[in-house]
Amino acid sequence: MNESAEQYRRVQVDGLSHSYGSLEVLRDLNLHVEPGEFVTILGPSGSGKSTFFSLLTGGTQASARRVLVDGADLNSPGKHFAYMPQQDALLPWRRVIDNVTLGLEVQGMKRPAARNRVRDLLPVFGLDGFEQVYPFELSGGMKQRAALLRTVVQERDVLLLDEPFGALDALTRTQMQQWLERVWEEFRWTVVLITHDVREAVFLSDRIYVFSKRPATVVAEVDVPLPRPRTIEIMTQPEFAGIEAELLDILLKNPDVTGETG
Amino acid sequence: MKRATSSRVAGIVGPVVVIVLIVFIWQWYATTSGLGDDVLPPPSRVLQQAWINRADLIANAIPTLRATLIGFAVSLAIGFLLSVILDSSSLVRRSVMPVLVVSQTLPLIAIAPLMILWFGFELLPKVLIVVLVTFFPITVSLVEGYASADRNAENLLRSMGAGRSRIFRSLRLPSAMPYFFSGLRIAITYAVVAAIFAEYAGASEGLGIYMQLAKNSFRTDLVLAAVGVSALLTLFLFALTYLVERLAIPWWRLSRQAQVNP
Repeated sequence: MNESAEQYRRVQVDGLSHSYGSLEVLRDLNLHVEPGEFVTILGPSGSGKSTFFSLLTGGTQASARRVLVDGADLNSPGKHFAYMPQQDALLPWRRVIDNVTLGLEVQGMKRPAARNRVRDLLPVFGLDGFEQVYPFELSGGMKQRAALLRTVVQERDVLLLDEPFGALDALTRTQMQQWLERVWEEFRWTVVLITHDVREAVFLSDRIYVFSKRPATVVAEVDVPLPRPRTIEIMTQPEFAGIEAELLDILLKNPDVTGETG
Repeated sequence: MKRATSSRVAGIVGPVVVIVLIVFIWQWYATTSGLGDDVLPPPSRVLQQAWINRADLIANAIPTLRATLIGFAVSLAIGFLLSVILDSSSLVRRSVMPVLVVSQTLPLIAIAPLMILWFGFELLPKVLIVVLVTFFPITVSLVEGYASADRNAENLLRSMGAGRSRIFRSLRLPSAMPYFFSGLRIAITYAVVAAIFAEYAGASEGLGIYMQLAKNSFRTDLVLAAVGVSALLTLFLFALTYLVERLAIPWWRLSRQAQVNP
């Protein structure tokens, strides 16, 4: 083991494999995330990306697992990761403020204390004045921001975002990506994002892992050395386009990703 | 908004017209057919006799209402308890559900006199009959409601570290509430009839025994007056469920309205 020689990584995944019965979903997955890093997992649909998150949060038990968080074995799943599911999963009977504090309540915090903790963050997430409304009254973008705030306030080591903007229309999605870039600059959370939107991946990430089709494994690791803060103008620059082209090339031509043989 | 108001007016006018029509036909037929008041009294006579005997009717409606409400309260407690037991595992569900279904096939006409024989003429047998008739829709609606809980939200809660009972309280139980109120309305329409049926089989007071005594002395008008009172009781309780629903789960009505008129 040479981990003691180097500084601990926030998350270190060594040879993670998983099968549902005879269906092999993940095969020998290796990746790592540094503290304060924004890492994206890019891959075809149904490649087992969500299963990977489920393994980290303890929703699924791995067939073979070696996951380290800050150098220590992940033996009590669910404590290190705050998870944001694909659909917003806001509870329709809870007002926005009580949806946002859900994770804190599960941790055993009393409601008034939990509300106080999130109150300051409401304006940052564009939810100021919407505390007392029900989720059905929110727009799609606001729902996702509320879901993200619910994830962030848990103050876990790593945020796991599973296609957070996948259900939004193209314009709202672009707005949300820019907004997320801005708030991430401010808070510097450690983030693992799942997406199949190449532009979103390049725009937001420090580093990108490309997953193969099932059984998923890492076929490429791409650095995104673009300067921050990033604005929409960066999308038209040659460096951005270069990385985007490289990723598209892998996604569309690599037989491990496309699933086409010969 | 305008459409909502006009449909509400139509919702009241329709039934009123039908009821008035039935009453007119009944009045006309009863007065022209020459059947006599002991066979088919006209509605005018039923109303007149109901007014004259109002003290008796009220005195007998109160014990019926008491048996109904106590029985219904017990039924709610048992229905909820059973639903929790059934929700605990699919093995339990498969073993217990058939027994509950069989309980619903018991012919009341045979069971009610036995109840009187075993438990006497007082409150207990009536409460038991009301429970037997009403617990089933309550239990079934709750069990189906639990199963309707959003899987995404369940995974989310688990990722937050929520255990079984937390998930039940924060997700499965609130998810079941709209189903529960549907079941409650089915149950409440049976409840008054069940109490009257039990009284009919043997009681010292109540609408059931009142109807029997009136019938035995050929006072068809008073039988029908008591039927009218029991219908009013049921309608009152039925309306009450809507009121309770509105207070208990305000988000349900609001979110459904938002879906209808976005």
